[in-house]
Amino acid sequence: MDTALNDSGTHDVAVIGWAQTAMVRHTDKSETQLLMEVITDAVSPLGLTRADIDFTCLGSCDYITGQAFSFVSNLDAIGAWPPKRDSHVEMDGAWALYEAWLRLQEGDIEIAVVTGSGRSSTGDPALIYPMEMDPYFLAPLGADPLTFAALQARAVIAAGIADERSMAEIAVRSRGRGQVDQLLTEEYVREPLRRHDVPPITDGAAAMVLATGSRARELVERPAYIAGFDHRTECHNPSFRALDDSPSTRIAAAAAGLGSAPVEVAELQAAFTHEELLLRSVLELDEDVAVNPSGGALRANPIMATGLCRVGYAADHIFGGGKRALAHSTSGPCLQQNLICILEGRS
Amino acid sequence: MSTPPCAVVGVGQTHHKSRRLDVSFGGLVREAVFRALEDAHMTLADIDAVVLGKAPDLFEGVMKPELYLSDALGAVGKPMFRVHTAGSVGGTTAIVAASHVQVGKHRTVLAVAFEKQSEGNAQFALGSGKGASLGAGGAFAPFIRAYIQRSGAPEHIGWKVAVKDRLNALKNPYAHLKIEDISIEKVKASPMMWEPTRFLESCPSSDGACAVVITDEAGGLSAAADGRPPAWILGSSSRSEPPSFPGRDPVRPAAALLCAADVYAEAGITDPRRQIDTAELYVPFSWLEPIWLEAFGLAEEGEGWKLVDDGVTELGGSLPVNASGGVLSSNPIGASGLLRFAEAANQVRGAAGEHQVDGAKVAIGMAYGANNQYFSTWAVGASLHPFD
Repeated sequence: MDTALNDSGTHDVAVIGWAQTAMVRHTDKSETQLLMEVITDAVSPLGLTRADIDFTCLGSCDYITGQAFSFVSNLDAIGAWPPKRDSHVEMDGAWALYEAWLRLQEGDIEIAVVTGSGRSSTGDPALIYPMEMDPYFLAPLGADPLTFAALQARAVIAAGIADERSMAEIAVRSRGRGQVDQLLTEEYVREPLRRHDVPPITDGAAAMVLATGSRARELVERPAYIAGFDHRTECHNPSFRALDDSPSTRIAAAAAGLGSAPVEVAELQAAFTHEELLLRSVLELDEDVAVNPSGGALRANPIMATGLCRVGYAADHIFGGGKRALAHSTSGPCLQQNLICILEGRS
Repeated sequence: MSTPPCAVVGVGQTHHKSRRLDVSFGGLVREAVFRALEDAHMTLADIDAVVLGKAPDLFEGVMKPELYLSDALGAVGKPMFRVHTAGSVGGTTAIVAASHVQVGKHRTVLAVAFEKQSEGNAQFALGSGKGASLGAGGAFAPFIRAYIQRSGAPEHIGWKVAVKDRLNALKNPYAHLKIEDISIEKVKASPMMWEPTRFLESCPSSDGACAVVITDEAGGLSAAADGRPPAWILGSSSRSEPPSFPGRDPVRPAAALLCAADVYAEAGITDPRRQIDTAELYVPFSWLEPIWLEAFGLAEEGEGWKLVDDGVTELGGSLPVNASGGVLSSNPIGASGLLRFAEAANQVRGAAGEHQVDGAKVAIGMAYGANNQYFSTWAVGASLHPFD
């Protein structure tokens, strides 16, 4: 047991490794198969096996999988024998990480694995996503994610935070292809969004390994310590919100201690180009902060793992010698719910 | 205990019914939440974070309902966390909520769980959304038959549990099923559903919600000083095991044994049968009571049915089980686990009303899910050191 406590009287928790599957438009592998390989890929390089895992928390969504209790078969992938301390969130793996972060701070266990997984290719987002809306007043409208995103994009543009050109620039930077002037000649998918402003449909999974302070240092040279972690929600109905703002992101960032020191990298779960500009503005990130060097959700968007991948890429920055990085995840229409995780390296 | 103490200072639940057509989803959860807040002498402003649990979203056809319920639960500007661990989810919801407090992330957290089964077809969703589902009763019947074969228990044990829990439900104002003339004869005469489980040995399908306010040591002490006894959380654990493989024993699941061992070690319980005054066990079909009595160390292996036969688990017995009427009397699936945890808390708070177990100082609440794979349990006490 790790008995060392930090200044706030809890146990330090660090990300010590992670892995992701190939991110593809469609895979015939089941979610359990994806998790089977990605957990092995996350755990093995650390010299660990499934037997070393004290706690698991999986993040996935029955509606994406198209089956009730879909996460139950994923117990095969974590190798829950002997039976594990375990939990599951119907949220992105970034929230599974949050639960594991809390659980490890209790101090009686040392190593946790969290996952996010989803195969969006098997369903039609336009049919599925209306079902996450208020069932009485919003779901019956049948508005799809593109529609809600376009509403927010209009608000963000009207507020002067974005314009169609800056949005196209983000698309080109994120995907490493295309040419802004040419992209701006294309038809709208939902005005003001064009094809390049919209995320791909991606099947994939990610797994992350966490360890408490002294165990983390034994296992890796430079753990990515979780320096701050918070998430907040807001009013559900987008028409009752100022869509050119993200107060829940602001509260979460303050609670996670973003203001206490600058970050070098910010991995934002911005599935639509205008969301990156909005989040950047709300987080008041300096010009020199590298935003989504991974290509972000515009390059690969494995729903239920997209947020966890953001934390993974932020951790990679720390593993590579970086000092401080921010990861963001979101859920719900027009960025209803937002999570901020701040990672740091320590010498 | 490895973490600072925390306590349950408020408990609320809805009236459970087949169809709560009088309330929306939001109205249903708020009914439980405001009862819990009133019990805790708090308002929504005192809540720092909300943890919501429910079973599959396919039950109601609302995906990730925590998004829509953020407003109803007063969570705007706060953390809203969603747990789903099959039937055990209500219990895990309480454990995750307590975790927030134990590590000092938040002072006071609201755990809420609900199911509004009348909005959809639970049997369909229980079969993973496939047709021709046997439902939960069909899944558990083989385990029950195996238990009977192994233990040699007589067939009336299941009937006795069914009668006991329904008699207890008559003392619980919130219970769904109120069968005034319940009797062994009536249970015996009810239709056979899944051999050997009869209709009256099965849980109902309910609309309902439960809410629990969990706060830190200072909050627990101040409630106590105000004459409102808290329930101190003495130990908790969630354990899971895979669906199926040779050597797995769903009648005496390893995950249940480990879950019990975790909780008892943390709570300092060395002799569960003597040290635990009452238990709220997740018993959706009557025979699960002796099965869980054994897996949770309240009876020796093969002897659980004898406790039932001897009346030990009745309200007047030495180890009352499901004094509230249990899952057999109210079953809003996602909330059923939290109801077990909440009823256990109310017993040690002396707040269980007509179904209060005299002098209960230590209680356990237990929930399970899937094919006897997910187990969540907590032990609560009227004091932090009940065995000193």
